[in-house]
Amino acid sequence: MDIDPFIFRLSIFILSIFVGYYVVWSVTPSLHTPLMSVTNAISSVIIVGAIIAALAGSSEKVFGLSSLFGYAAIILAAINIFGGFLVTQRMLQMYKKKKDKK
Amino acid sequence: MISPNLSAVFYLISGILFILALRGLSSPDTSRQGNYLGIAGMIIAILVTFLSIGNFSVSLVYVFVFLIIGGAIGSFIAFRIPMTAMPELVAGFHSLVGLAAVFVAIAAFLSPSVFNLGEVGNIKLASLIEMSIGVAVGAITFSGSIIAFLKLRGIMSGAPITFTGQHYLNLILGVAIFLLVFYLCKTQTANIFWILILISFLVGVLLIIPIGGADMPVVISMLNSYSGWAAAGIGFTLENTALIITGALVGSSGAILSYIMCKAMNRSFFSVILGGFGADSSSKDTNDSKEQKPVKSGNAEDAAFLMKNASSVIIVPGYGMAVAQAQHALREMVDKLKKSDIKVTYAIHPVAGRMPGHMNVLLAEANVPYDEVFELEDINNDFANADVAFVIGANDVTNPVAKTDPKSPIFGMPVLDVEKSKSVLFVKRSLSPGYAGIDNELFYKENTLMLFADAKKMTEDIVKNLD
Repeated sequence: MDIDPFIFRLSIFILSIFVGYYVVWSVTPSLHTPLMSVTNAISSVIIVGAIIAALAGSSEKVFGLSSLFGYAAIILAAINIFGGFLVTQRMLQMYKKKKDKK
Repeated sequence: MISPNLSAVFYLISGILFILALRGLSSPDTSRQGNYLGIAGMIIAILVTFLSIGNFSVSLVYVFVFLIIGGAIGSFIAFRIPMTAMPELVAGFHSLVGLAAVFVAIAAFLSPSVFNLGEVGNIKLASLIEMSIGVAVGAITFSGSIIAFLKLRGIMSGAPITFTGQHYLNLILGVAIFLLVFYLCKTQTANIFWILILISFLVGVLLIIPIGGADMPVVISMLNSYSGWAAAGIGFTLENTALIITGALVGSSGAILSYIMCKAMNRSFFSVILGGFGADSSSKDTNDSKEQKPVKSGNAEDAAFLMKNASSVIIVPGYGMAVAQAQHALREMVDKLKKSDIKVTYAIHPVAGRMPGHMNVLLAEANVPYDEVFELEDINNDFANADVAFVIGANDVTNPVAKTDPKSPIFGMPVLDVEKSKSVLFVKRSLSPGYAGIDNELFYKENTLMLFADAKKMTEDIVKNLD
């Protein structure tokens, strides 16, 4: 009997939790705010779902109900992606070492 | 047009790039590179999605238009937001992730065939379960983050809102969510799906309103975690590896941050969630003891004199510094002190401010080099050798009561040993108790000099007096 693909996804999920656990513990506490903003940005990869939903409609049904929800989700996720990565970048630029300023 | 197998590989690559993005944050040197890897991961994920659909109808134009609109709004916010507003910005962003998850789930529910999930009214059981978990967690994240945003922004009072039967109501609604998911899977009725979303919104609101302002670091981290789990739920529905990996990463990241924050306050996660802390503040004895105990208060001149004659100074910033926007004035003061060869370091308590790492960002904004800023456990022993501890806008995190009085609500919480330094300068507007609603013993110590003023104004005055 074949293994259900769900189990594969579940394995990826569980392993990723462990990876996340160890990676996040190694994040220095002074960067916890950038950590939050960057996790915000990457969790907006949910935009892939939004794009699929938006492109679902055939040419005649560009504004079907589920496409509309897709478009709306694209806007929200795009705000997050751009906003999240850029604000993280802005913050990280400010972290400087001694005698490094100019 | 690329095959599903190939796109799955690319999604895996973008997941790995996201892991590396977080890995980069282990030190400020590698963090910027990490952020670029994260951006690369996102670009790959989005491109692969377009290529794998291969449906380039008119909708594609709209997709790009909305992508650009969202991107423009996001960029505008990112460049304009002041650093002091980071906590509410992050809360706001969390709400968007939550709402996006809800929208994607709704789209998947309305046209499941697009996502290969079956037909309307006959969606695959596993997909339906994943979808409803994703939509419920997403909705809770959305409304909860909105409340957190309103509280942080000051639009809504930061005071906890509690009412009788609150916990029972939450419990009933929680059970209701489980029942609705169960019946939704059984009947596939659209109405149940809508009710599920509405109740989840309500739960999000109810979950956050009883939590007070200073517990916000825990709340933001918790919502961060929720947004991750919502993304993972949707990832399972869409059978998308990038989303599953990312959701797991973000979920565990937020969970770890909440844990760190709870530990830094010596409170259990549940007691924070149940809320109401500090609601019945100012216990009886604060009122009658206030007048009796003598307090030494001074002015900017005294403070400047003390610090000029010190050889080492430790600065303890707190939320008050953020409110008064005193970080730049503070840096000016420190520059002056350093010119007179005084050693100055910063001591940061994990829960100082309104979100994890809040103080570090503000100090970085004021051009304070990050190797002068220390965490609680790294600097606590240095207070005994310091001549002056300059407490600006912090309160409860310096209260020695946490070490001495088992009856105190903050007993056991790790605090900065400020009282061990030769003298303590305490910038504060009044003697009022802090968030925990308890008196700070430090105010009445022999070696404490209270500086009653706005943090920014006082710091500027000290700078003038240092000349």
